[in-house]
Amino acid sequence: MYSVTYHRASSVADAVKLVKKGEDAKFLSGGMTLLPAMKTRLAAPSDLVDLCHIADMKGIKVSGKNVTIGAGTTHGEVASNEKLKAVCAAFSDLAAHIGDPAVRHKGTIGGSIANNDPAADYPAALIALDATVVTNKREIAAAKFFTGLFETALKDDEIVTAVKFTAPAKAGYEKFRNPASRYAMTGVFVAKGKDDVRVAVTGAGEDGVFRSKEIEAALSKKFDASALEGVTVPAKNLMADIHASSDYRAALVVVMAKRAVAKANG
Amino acid sequence: MGVEGIGARVARKEDRRFITGAGRYVDDMVVPGMKHAAFVRSPYAHADIKKIDVKAAEAMPGVIGVLTGKQLKGDGIGNLICGWMIHSKDGSPMKMGAWSPLAVDRVRYVGDAVAIVVAETKGQARDAAEAVEVVYKEKKAVTDAVQALKKGAPQLHPEAENNLIFDWEIGDAKATDEAIAKAAHVTKVHIVNNRLIPNAMEPRAALGHYNKAEDHYTCWTTSQNPHVARLVMSAFYNVAPENKLRVIAPDVGGGFGSKIYIYPEEIVCLWASKRTGVPVKWVADRTESFLTDAHGRDHVSEVQLALDKNNKVIGLKVDTIANLGAYMSLFSSSVPTYLYATLLSGQYDIPAIHANVRTVYTNTAPVDAYRGAGRPEACYLIERTMETAARELGMSPAEFRRINFITQFPHQTPVIMNYDTGDFGASLNAAMKEADYAGFPKRREAAKKRGKLRGIGFSCYIEACGIAPSKAVGSLGAGVGLWESAEVRVNAVGTIEVLTGSHSHGQGHETTFAQLVNQRLGVPIDSVSIVHGDTDKVQMGMGTYGSRSGAVGMSAISKALDKVEAKAKKIAAHLMEADEADIVIENGELKVAGTDKSLPWFQVALASYTAHNLPDGMEPGLKETAFYDPSNFTFPAGCYICEVEIDPDTGVTEIVQFVAADDFGNIINPMIVEGQVHGGVAQGIGQALLEGCRYDADSGQLVTASYMDYTMPRADDLPSFKVSTSNTPCPGNPLGMKGCGEAGAIGSPPAVMNAITDAIGDNDLTMPATPLKVWASLKAMTRH
Amino acid sequence: MSDVSLVVNGRKVSGTVEDRTLLVHFLRENLELTGTHVGCDTSQCGACVVHVDGKAVKSCTMLAVQASGSEVTTIEGLANGADLHPVQVAFKENHGLQCGFCTPGMIMTTVDMITRHPEGLDETTVRHELEGNICRCTGYHNIVKSVLAASKTMAKGSKGKAKKAA
Repeated sequence: MYSVTYHRASSVADAVKLVKKGEDAKFLSGGMTLLPAMKTRLAAPSDLVDLCHIADMKGIKVSGKNVTIGAGTTHGEVASNEKLKAVCAAFSDLAAHIGDPAVRHKGTIGGSIANNDPAADYPAALIALDATVVTNKREIAAAKFFTGLFETALKDDEIVTAVKFTAPAKAGYEKFRNPASRYAMTGVFVAKGKDDVRVAVTGAGEDGVFRSKEIEAALSKKFDASALEGVTVPAKNLMADIHASSDYRAALVVVMAKRAVAKANG
Repeated sequence: MGVEGIGARVARKEDRRFITGAGRYVDDMVVPGMKHAAFVRSPYAHADIKKIDVKAAEAMPGVIGVLTGKQLKGDGIGNLICGWMIHSKDGSPMKMGAWSPLAVDRVRYVGDAVAIVVAETKGQARDAAEAVEVVYKEKKAVTDAVQALKKGAPQLHPEAENNLIFDWEIGDAKATDEAIAKAAHVTKVHIVNNRLIPNAMEPRAALGHYNKAEDHYTCWTTSQNPHVARLVMSAFYNVAPENKLRVIAPDVGGGFGSKIYIYPEEIVCLWASKRTGVPVKWVADRTESFLTDAHGRDHVSEVQLALDKNNKVIGLKVDTIANLGAYMSLFSSSVPTYLYATLLSGQYDIPAIHANVRTVYTNTAPVDAYRGAGRPEACYLIERTMETAARELGMSPAEFRRINFITQFPHQTPVIMNYDTGDFGASLNAAMKEADYAGFPKRREAAKKRGKLRGIGFSCYIEACGIAPSKAVGSLGAGVGLWESAEVRVNAVGTIEVLTGSHSHGQGHETTFAQLVNQRLGVPIDSVSIVHGDTDKVQMGMGTYGSRSGAVGMSAISKALDKVEAKAKKIAAHLMEADEADIVIENGELKVAGTDKSLPWFQVALASYTAHNLPDGMEPGLKETAFYDPSNFTFPAGCYICEVEIDPDTGVTEIVQFVAADDFGNIINPMIVEGQVHGGVAQGIGQALLEGCRYDADSGQLVTASYMDYTMPRADDLPSFKVSTSNTPCPGNPLGMKGCGEAGAIGSPPAVMNAITDAIGDNDLTMPATPLKVWASLKAMTRH
Repeated sequence: MSDVSLVVNGRKVSGTVEDRTLLVHFLRENLELTGTHVGCDTSQCGACVVHVDGKAVKSCTMLAVQASGSEVTTIEGLANGADLHPVQVAFKENHGLQCGFCTPGMIMTTVDMITRHPEGLDETTVRHELEGNICRCTGYHNIVKSVLAASKTMAKGSKGKAKKAA
């Protein structure tokens, strides 16, 4: 790791102030992606502003179907929150399968979405749930928030403070993990709302998370795995690497979608 | 069997320090004044070094010194060598290219060391290493052995035309060709044995300390054989004379072969310590381990198996190309030759065998022995071929193997090995029973109803362990003898120290070796200490690899115990005024048989050291040494059965059952033996399903350079294993042991692949059978 | 450089470190607690797992300054004097270790796992929970056995305590 200067922020305002001090300062949340990148010298921020001690950014509020999750809430907390499980078990289930237990104890939802790793799980959920990303400056619809690989709509001094969504009638998430890294190689979140079905795919797209029109169309007719028999998604624009070709990923999108729907239907 | 003796399931003595965090590995060592090293490594697979400028690096904070290959050469440090001479079939010696510990004018693989930076902290050393300016002129690289042999391929070493190191053969070509010509059926198979990266969990490390006052060096290093390291560093690399060099291998976090060899880093750390005047510690990070630890396997073979009309094997012809990487590592030449082709007969009575092996330089990390070393390659080849033949003949794979088994011992194969004993049918029967082979068709049907493809596969392996009779390996080109030494010291008050040349890096020697002493002398294992891993404490020894610590290392201890017992009996007889022949050793006492006279060990030991009343002419003391040189290899064998279930939608293979039925000869501690099998099988399953080293063909970059891309077996990739043994004692050593360290890694890959190919019906599937490959194979077959 | 102060294995400790110092290096080099190991650089092997404020974390993926003010337990702090923790006992009795390098992380992960699963554990859950800890020696067979054994012992122990308390 290159030299870096650490700052601990006590509030969101404090964090914004601190981040302006450094030449290339970065916010640090759980650090589960940023620190490994720094260790292998692939990332070299001048300063780190630690957001983990900002009390306002933690915790899960569930009011009826409305869910608000503080950005500093860990995957472990999302996975085990009983109120959240009661209204949207799929979201907790997704969190329960991010990384490993030690990663879930540190990694946060805010850190994950702000980083927008193409193999991260949360972006799929946020897109499928039509969630809103709350920052210190504004509210951004998830669809506008994720803009490309490791790219988001966030400005340099903008901090994700919370994520909001309305729990759908039914939802399910299933992923195929990269055999080596265990990140999502193809993850599909399906959500059946009042009027529509939304299906978001992570881990597979060349430009990051995306909605699958083909699967949405099929599931809108019938929200059942059987509706996806014979449905295919184009391999074009899907990633290819040593673990998966784009054809394989395209096939996995459908298989994972079937399994996610089956989960959603319980 | 006593509660702590041979055959007892004793919990390990060494565990306490490991479970409390008190283990001492090289990275845990601190020497006053110690500084930290980082290596500058080649980012290119193949390039000429045009210029190295260290000025900027030297000026960085905390930097003590920056040293290059030119300085190293100037100080007379020698090139790394391969210690096993192989001659090509035309009689010419193998073509060994120069391997300088720090590259001087050319780099030949990504990770090749170019310079060392010594600084106050590891972070500062890394920072400065980046500031060393190396000007490279990139050359074309070749990473694939078959490509490297082709005309026009990039050339690595001027010594080796067409990158060919040697073109070697074994067996009878004429007889084998005749067998193929007259065969009723010939099974032809193309076999690829995938390249692996060992990944002991403790990364390699070295701490070099030059003591100016005594003109003496100490090297703490992650070694499986510290004495061999000292010998080689003294005799060939000119680091220091043996009496001026102490090598210590403290607790070592796994080896699997990768810590046998002497690597550039330990040599350079010792040299740099003298150059800079400070103790120098280097610890690899995992990326460096991926790039520079000796890799394993990487064979491509064409196989022809000749069968007569009764389905008996009459001949086996093998043509293998083996990738040895950019330089010849210490034992690299022996792996694809004498450790491989001599086992091609497997468990079968094959009258004619011929194997041709070409070894090749490529722009990849050096390749050497990795758990099993040559034997997994042989086993995979013969067991995949036998399974294929059975399928082609429409025979049960078990029955086809059974009719070809060797049943009479000793058995001389056409490829040097003389199998001393075994009962292959017994292992096969045991495995089939444990696996409920008869019930498989029902299970397959049930799986089909659930939309899954179920398959079952056999592997009947044999390996040669207890490496090795010195005279035999000497005649085959080995630069060293492969005996082992032991010293047993009975202390004045009866505690015992056993000093052994074997090295434990997970095998549990501190327990099993003490169990042997308990068996022989009757003293509790807590009063026995096993001392190993330090050339200043232990006399010359050969170390641990090739499943040799039991069969060879413990045999040496056994011989030393013979001498201790003989002397103790003489003393006891003298003290108790009895006949020496009447003295028996029981429960920690020396007794006069048939009387109530006895002396506890400590009294006999004390008497030997006070020397007040010893037999006339007897030297004081009770300490004996032995060197044991085996008369033959040992031949562990067994049958593994793997049952898999494949999800055709995703290509994921689940191992639903894995049965291992082994013959290891006599066993000291069944719990530890089972642990060795579990670990070996996991590595074998890793090779078959998950692990595959990949270099980019154009750039020569290592694609699988971290756990993000190299698939290590994790807990949820594996099932619990069903292991058992049915043992025929080995006649070749005093303890009847065959060895168990490598069996799992040798026997399991073909069992897994035979099961998967059985399930999906594609016999050409290669390892690792990743979900992607299995899915693609199923898809291709549906299309056709 | 920053000052850090934390409680490690019940002892107050402090030091001045470069901000880039990882918690694992602070433990190993400043406090000489070398039981916590480094086995990879991508936060996957788990040899470095310690407990921070009662939760298992990878000490190679946390800066020492981040941990300032926290309570840390390492493998060295698990036994109660000469009395081994039940998880340590289970690993020894079930041969859940060979070379010992991954063992401290495995044990710290196991303690955390058993704490989070008071309802008890089965083999599938244990294997899933061990996803972040890599072992090259044991094939996990005896590690899984050790975890299940420790889980049972600790369940009995807590029932015993509960009875006493009642």
